[in-house]
Amino acid sequence: MRTINVEDITQSVAKLCIDACYYLSEDVYEALVKSKETEESPLGRDVIDQIVQNADIARNEDRPICQDTGMTVIFMEIGQDVHFVGGSLEDAVNAGVAKGYTEGYLRKSVVAEPLFDRKNTTNNTPAVLHTYIVPGDKVKIKVAPKGFGSENKSGLKMLVPADGVEGVKKAVLDVILHAGANPCPPIVVGVGIGGTMEKSAILAKKALLRSIKVRNPHPEYAKLEQELLEMINKTGIGPQLGGTTTALAVNIEWYPTHIAGLPVSVNINCHATRHAEIEL
Amino acid sequence: MAEKIRITTPLTEETARTLKAGDSVLISGVIYSARDAAHKRMVETLERGEQLPVDLTNQIVYYLGPTPAKPGNPIGSAGPTTAGRMDAYAPKIIEQGLKGMIGKGSRSAEVVEAMKKHGAVYFAAVGGAAALISKCIKKYDVLAYGDLGPEAIAALTVEDFPAIVVVDSEGRNFYEEGQKPYRKL
Repeated sequence: MRTINVEDITQSVAKLCIDACYYLSEDVYEALVKSKETEESPLGRDVIDQIVQNADIARNEDRPICQDTGMTVIFMEIGQDVHFVGGSLEDAVNAGVAKGYTEGYLRKSVVAEPLFDRKNTTNNTPAVLHTYIVPGDKVKIKVAPKGFGSENKSGLKMLVPADGVEGVKKAVLDVILHAGANPCPPIVVGVGIGGTMEKSAILAKKALLRSIKVRNPHPEYAKLEQELLEMINKTGIGPQLGGTTTALAVNIEWYPTHIAGLPVSVNINCHATRHAEIEL
Repeated sequence: MAEKIRITTPLTEETARTLKAGDSVLISGVIYSARDAAHKRMVETLERGEQLPVDLTNQIVYYLGPTPAKPGNPIGSAGPTTAGRMDAYAPKIIEQGLKGMIGKGSRSAEVVEAMKKHGAVYFAAVGGAAALISKCIKKYDVLAYGDLGPEAIAALTVEDFPAIVVVDSEGRNFYEEGQKPYRKL
């Protein structure tokens, strides 16, 4: 049994919120720089140039990459031999979000109730927290601030088994075409296939946390990731004003599903695909 | 690329009508920030028969909710937000004399009709280039709806703010024109 004070969780979450919002992760940065060589549109190259410059300014001057510093999505893998002390884990996570967003000069973008009052909570809480119990005595925290320019353009489709691979491709393409230039391309596309309705959506979100340099270990899904990427880059959407770099990567996560179903979720992330993680 | 066109606010209908889809512009002067909640309030104000808190005649609205300014800076990161969310309100604001909007993403047919009728243009700034764009914002003064925090209406003094005309006053759409040559599906 390992004891962890939840105060450590608060401190870690606060730092990860700030780091994720200031420092574009290396995988996405490298892909952006590389895309300048392959982008066919001169205006597209100009846009990518500005996006890379923007990431450099953010990193060098400790400023948010984007003004939409997101709703804070947090995935925690908690070893089953860990015992938390010092208070509620969820409260500690939210205290970390409040601390990070306040001390880091990040925008507070969360309203307390979605439909009627829509009053800002003024500290970006609560986070959307996903916890998993895993073997061992470690705690892994992954923080992904999610902007809503891209979140709003995501989608879910309950396909049937007969729809197959072509059905999945069409479902993804429909979401991408509907999104157009709204989600700040070049985008990263997370696809969740299988499970139930909510499981596929969580898989799509989880897919966005994976490095875009890493392909799905299953060869057929890895091939599908590549095929979807090529298809998306033929839409012409490009880096906002037209071109051949609409997406930098497609990451798929999958899960067993029901004999009657083929749920597909598509979660879009902007070029500021932010994620930071730590293991305690 | 073609030479950039310099614009100084206020933006008259005459100047707005000379701008064409695809033109690169550099905007200087005062522009006004407003996004979802501020637009909702402005339209509710008009529906009550009252005056807007800011006269938007011949002005440009920037769809923006910035991050808080760090000490010593006028503003935090300040990129454009999705313009389409303002579509439900924009025609009523254009009727009040607004001549320019800066945002990102597509606009509805109703907004484009209002732009054609009143001679307004829609500019796009690079989505997500928020730290870069903030460099050309010299002053940020909240004018109304301060309780909305980042959604307040503010006057922004800008110098050479880079944008591209994506929908002009004739309704030509540069997103469509720019994307078409690269569509290979």
